[in-house]
Amino acid sequence: MADQPTAFERFVQGILPENPVYRQLLGLCPTLAVSNGMKPALTMACSVAFVLLCANVVTSLIRNLLKPHLRIVVFTLTIATFVTIADRFLAAYLFQMSKTLGPYIPLIIVNCLIICRCEVCASKQSVFTAASDALGQALGFGLALSSIATVREIFGTGMFFGIRLLPSAWPDWVIMVLPPGAFITLGLLLGLVNWIGIVKSRRSVND
Amino acid sequence: MIYFLDIMLIALTASLINNFVLYYFVGICPFVGVSRKVEMAFGMGCAVTFVISIAALISWTITTMVLIPGAPLSSFIAGFFLPEEAAGKIDLTVLSYIVYIFAIASSVQFVEMYVRKFFPLLYRSFGVFLPLITTNCAILFACLTIMSHIVGVDNPADAWDIGRSMTLAFFGGVGFTIAIVIMSGIREELEICDIPEPFQGAAITLIIGGILALAFMGFTGVDSGIRDTIMPAPTEQNLTMAPLQAEILAQSDF
Repeated sequence: MADQPTAFERFVQGILPENPVYRQLLGLCPTLAVSNGMKPALTMACSVAFVLLCANVVTSLIRNLLKPHLRIVVFTLTIATFVTIADRFLAAYLFQMSKTLGPYIPLIIVNCLIICRCEVCASKQSVFTAASDALGQALGFGLALSSIATVREIFGTGMFFGIRLLPSAWPDWVIMVLPPGAFITLGLLLGLVNWIGIVKSRRSVND
Repeated sequence: MIYFLDIMLIALTASLINNFVLYYFVGICPFVGVSRKVEMAFGMGCAVTFVISIAALISWTITTMVLIPGAPLSSFIAGFFLPEEAAGKIDLTVLSYIVYIFAIASSVQFVEMYVRKFFPLLYRSFGVFLPLITTNCAILFACLTIMSHIVGVDNPADAWDIGRSMTLAFFGGVGFTIAIVIMSGIREELEICDIPEPFQGAAITLIIGGILALAFMGFTGVDSGIRDTIMPAPTEQNLTMAPLQAEILAQSDF
């Protein structure tokens, strides 16, 4: 257990160095689907954060009882329980938003990000570490989601959070809020993040 | 005739117009991850189509027999504890996510054992992908779509039967296969292209996916076009529309 990262390291790593979307390419399905505006993106990020935190804590609490061949099933059922809670909550208090997000809330169950965190971290480390890992990853996921949503909403509708940012003469790039825009935006942002990484590593080599 | 048309349109919509990968973004992980060789992509697509059909069959059965309000099995069991009035109204749809994911996980496990035992050759080509399929969103998505067409409808006659559900699932799988095979064909060519370093790997795949999605958007409206051609709108509506349109035209002329 000595070589496992500490709680703080886990938290910091989740935000940028091991960002779930840009670095690990996990959870791309909701990333692409709900990032056509800031509001759905933030709701999605919050739901994922809630599910990830609860699932990580529960998995960490029962980690000594887990049988290796059954662990994936246990993870999925734990996640499914919390996703049901999140889904019912959204349907009760944010009905319009839950209609907009549609099937993508239940699809959090099969989001590889959460299963991956349960497997990599929560099933091996203590509750506190698992919780801070969940928070870090959720923050990283939220950052990635909102960065994509920012680009898509501003170019696609000229608005940000529903507030007009660009002059109304701006010709809305409708394609940005449609499915192709999601792929292209994520592809370009991914290239940008890779490029920054390459430039940084070159600089550190030169120094 | 109407039923046949309905089936045909569901198939067309699921496979091309609202393609699972390029329109709903489900099953992106294998799309980005495994689509390097055409044969592998085709194997993955076949495995997904196979599992998605089985999962849809199971989930349709569970939904109509157990989960929806007044389902036969749940009201029969509840009849032992509750008065008849209350037993008929038992609604278990809140459990649907847990039930579906359990059905998918177990059917994947079952399919894996069955294929390994009876089709060793197929297992060797599927083998790697089968456990991955449990976490493939496309399968849960198909189950959820089927559920939304059974639970969400107001008129019980509009609820999807087994034929429609299986069509959606199977052709959703076919659409997934089409998308992933096209993508892998392009990626085989990309191997010899000079791509800027930051864009190598996933980034260029996503951008190509965007262009593919753009191409698939060309199918939009095909379904309503076919529906209108085969079953023209009721004639009374045409009659009431015609004078109105003439009036509008007349007004715009003067």
